[in-house]
Amino acid sequence: MSNDDSRLEADSQETSSQENGSGKKMFGHTRVINFMKYRTLATVFSVVLLLGSIGSLFVNGINFGLDFTGGTLVELSYEEAASVPEIRNQLEQLGHTDAVAQEFGSASDVLIRIPGAEADVNLGSRVAKQLDDLYDGDITVKRVEFVGPQVGEQLRDQGGLGMMLALALVMLYIAFRFQYKFSIGAVVALAHDAIVVLGLFSLLGLQFDLTVLAAILAVIGYSLNDTIIVYDRVRENFRKVRRGTPEDIINISLSQTLGRTLATSGTTMMVLFSLFFLGGETIHGFSTALLVGVGIGTYSSIYIASNMLLYLNVTREDLIPPPKEEDADEMP
Amino acid sequence: MNRYPLWKYLAIFLCVALGVFYALPNLYPDDPAIQVSSVSSSVEMNDGHLKQAVAALEESGVSIKDAEISERGNVLIRLNSNEDQLPGKAAISKKLGHDYVVALNLAPTTPDWLSSMGASPMKLGLDLSGGVHFLLQVDSMKAVETRMDIYAGEMRTALRKERLRYRTVPNPSPTSRELAFSDAEAQSKARSVLAKEFPDLTVDTRESNGRFLVTVRMTEQQVRDLEDYAIKQNLTTVRNRVNELGVAEPLVQRQGRNHIVVELPGVQDTAEAKRILGKTANLEFRLAAGYDAAPGTYETFEFRSQEGRTANLERDIILTGDQVANARSNVDAQTGSPEVNITLDSRGGELMTRATRTNVGRGMSVLFIEQRFIGNRTETKMVDGELVETLVPMYREDKRIISLATIQAVLGSSFRITGLDSRAESSELALLLRAGSLAAPMHFVEERTVGPSLGKENIRMGVQSTLIGLAAIMLFMVVVYRVFGLLANISLILNLTLLMSIMSMLGATLTMPGIAGIVLTLGMAVDANVLIFSRIREEIKNGMSPQRAISEGFDRAFVSIFDGNITTLIVGVVLYAIGTGPVKGFAVTLSLGILTSMFSAILINRALVNMVYGGRQLKKLSI
Repeated sequence: MSNDDSRLEADSQETSSQENGSGKKMFGHTRVINFMKYRTLATVFSVVLLLGSIGSLFVNGINFGLDFTGGTLVELSYEEAASVPEIRNQLEQLGHTDAVAQEFGSASDVLIRIPGAEADVNLGSRVAKQLDDLYDGDITVKRVEFVGPQVGEQLRDQGGLGMMLALALVMLYIAFRFQYKFSIGAVVALAHDAIVVLGLFSLLGLQFDLTVLAAILAVIGYSLNDTIIVYDRVRENFRKVRRGTPEDIINISLSQTLGRTLATSGTTMMVLFSLFFLGGETIHGFSTALLVGVGIGTYSSIYIASNMLLYLNVTREDLIPPPKEEDADEMP
Repeated sequence: MNRYPLWKYLAIFLCVALGVFYALPNLYPDDPAIQVSSVSSSVEMNDGHLKQAVAALEESGVSIKDAEISERGNVLIRLNSNEDQLPGKAAISKKLGHDYVVALNLAPTTPDWLSSMGASPMKLGLDLSGGVHFLLQVDSMKAVETRMDIYAGEMRTALRKERLRYRTVPNPSPTSRELAFSDAEAQSKARSVLAKEFPDLTVDTRESNGRFLVTVRMTEQQVRDLEDYAIKQNLTTVRNRVNELGVAEPLVQRQGRNHIVVELPGVQDTAEAKRILGKTANLEFRLAAGYDAAPGTYETFEFRSQEGRTANLERDIILTGDQVANARSNVDAQTGSPEVNITLDSRGGELMTRATRTNVGRGMSVLFIEQRFIGNRTETKMVDGELVETLVPMYREDKRIISLATIQAVLGSSFRITGLDSRAESSELALLLRAGSLAAPMHFVEERTVGPSLGKENIRMGVQSTLIGLAAIMLFMVVVYRVFGLLANISLILNLTLLMSIMSMLGATLTMPGIAGIVLTLGMAVDANVLIFSRIREEIKNGMSPQRAISEGFDRAFVSIFDGNITTLIVGVVLYAIGTGPVKGFAVTLSLGILTSMFSAILINRALVNMVYGGRQLKKLSI
């Protein structure tokens, strides 16, 4: 794996000690990659990504699933491969002109969505029975869902509220453990990730249901974890490294944590790929959102979170070290 | 260096051992089963019932795994396949008749030595076990309106006694009444009478267009209390109805301000469940109007069972159905004629005594009120400067008489209705009386039914993807971190076991998004290990001795692990607090997973590393 990057040896000592000018042993064995050289480029890239996402959210909107819009959903399993066009015809004959039928997972499974929150809890089972009557073989009802219009509305409010509350608490915690500039950096990074994932869902017209909401909240958690690990190193190095610009220190920190960043993203992605391919249709949206989110989260912990610190002019004084730490520095 | 004292090893070992023990029941999946119990609690199920039920199943060709009388005194028959459950249930109900409740069930197979220690398997969510989820919305404002109606009746009586004449001013607010008097004297007298008789209400006076008005209003606190009471009362009724269904381990819970969640796991007859749960009925007890009643003081209603027959009832409501604690159909021991025994709660008893004291010999009637769905109405609202159309369901109130009987004596909280024509009539009436004990009407606003085959599929896919993901991670760890990777893998497996055991012990529910949460925490649990190991590597490269590098690596990585995990935990807890359904399931496993992975990465992992490397002279580490 690319994890080998963190094990680069020998000549790196000279490079970094030259750059740092401090000659400290601590960074001698890690080659410092100049991540921040591309920070302007990355900023442009992210702004374009964000504008694109927000644009798509405005133009295309989000394809909200049943959970949010209200309506009826029926998943049927036909004895043999089902003909979706025929089912559409049948549905139309039954008077459900706005019903959507699609294959779901396999050729014999069909998912029918009837939007328009008709407040009739029995619609799903009725439609299933009517289709069964029209079909020669057997139909097994795999699932019926009905969500009333008010419920959907409440969920939407709840989801939004949840995100806001989570963001506020996290900002508070980081401001307490680090400093407010770090709070801003972390929140900008995770807002960036959430918006990009939302944008992608909007652009591709993927169904946005409750599990996707859960995934986006998980992405926020993940991206945050990534950012905090980098910030932790930044804090440590600001206290330890006496010379060097903030940009140098951030480069050192990013280089030191790069191995870990790639290893963790790699393993998480492995699991997510296994969910994506084997987890089944029901959580496809979930795994898609997480895959994109983890990828973008890795990028943002480097180029958004750290970059923001430079834009906010983070200085050594922002992280006044407690006296104990200084003693520890002098130890070999 | 790097050695733990013995007690620390023992403590960690103890935790792990407990974890393994309490995770064990998950290896034994539940059996599909049928449970038979008696309607009345006084009848014990015996071997005779058991034989009958087994015979019924054998006749219909259902294969039986095991049959027994369970500890709770029910007949419990385990089946080999959950597809046999519904036909099996039908066969048994047909054979045993209606005095028994036949319910579908999932019977645990946990061996005795485990269950005697309180170990039980994780609960599976409906998406994994199959089942039905309902969300009911309680129209609690209706309870407030009804209470105001009762107050209005009582005010009428009080003012009539003082010979104060008034007219009620039409008023759209359900929480207040406005009375108009002809002069100021009557107004002030009425005010003092009402204030004295109804200390709970606020009484105001004002003058407008030469009319002297008295406004009686409920306080906001009172409205809230009434709404709260309505939800609680409905919750009790829904619980009773679910018990009538006989489903094992149902979940009935209040959600939010005015919603009730009902979850029935396993294979279910959804139509039947909806019919019994969805009876959105209420009752009103009223006196029959006398022949000389003044027009406007009575209303005319039809009988429920006899079309065309009507009766006049007074407008005043004596009490409502939520004050009916119980109603049972019975046979009078002496005459052998059917009757219905009714028990009221204490407030209901008082109201009944007060109403019947002066009215012995008059008729009293029970009105049955049903909410019928009659279609949707389009409502246009301004939202953010845009007109948005939403469909609002409409309901019609249907009030019919289910009983009209003559009051024979002053009644208290317990009385009976006799003179019914048949046993069928009495059980129907008892059923309606019980069904009507809702304090406010409610409607289904959500239903999710998951077939058992989909549940099995979900479990299979969830387990498969978790195992494959786990295998990939473990391979990666061994390749990259050699011996340390191997140790991390052991702690990763123990982490998974601990997570399962904590979920089992807390009785947390595992759902499909929950499995996704577990998979995600697996990915992130590795993170802690990676952080520690890369730190150890770094310190070695910086020239530290292996032993010192191990100790420094763990110590320094701890700060990062702690901060990273706490922030993610914050997100998890917020999700749990405000989320419902799938989001909550995800949050539970995510939050618990963070805790167990911190424990396993920091403590178990360290213990393992110490056991392998601690206190030895080392030149190189396999990392």
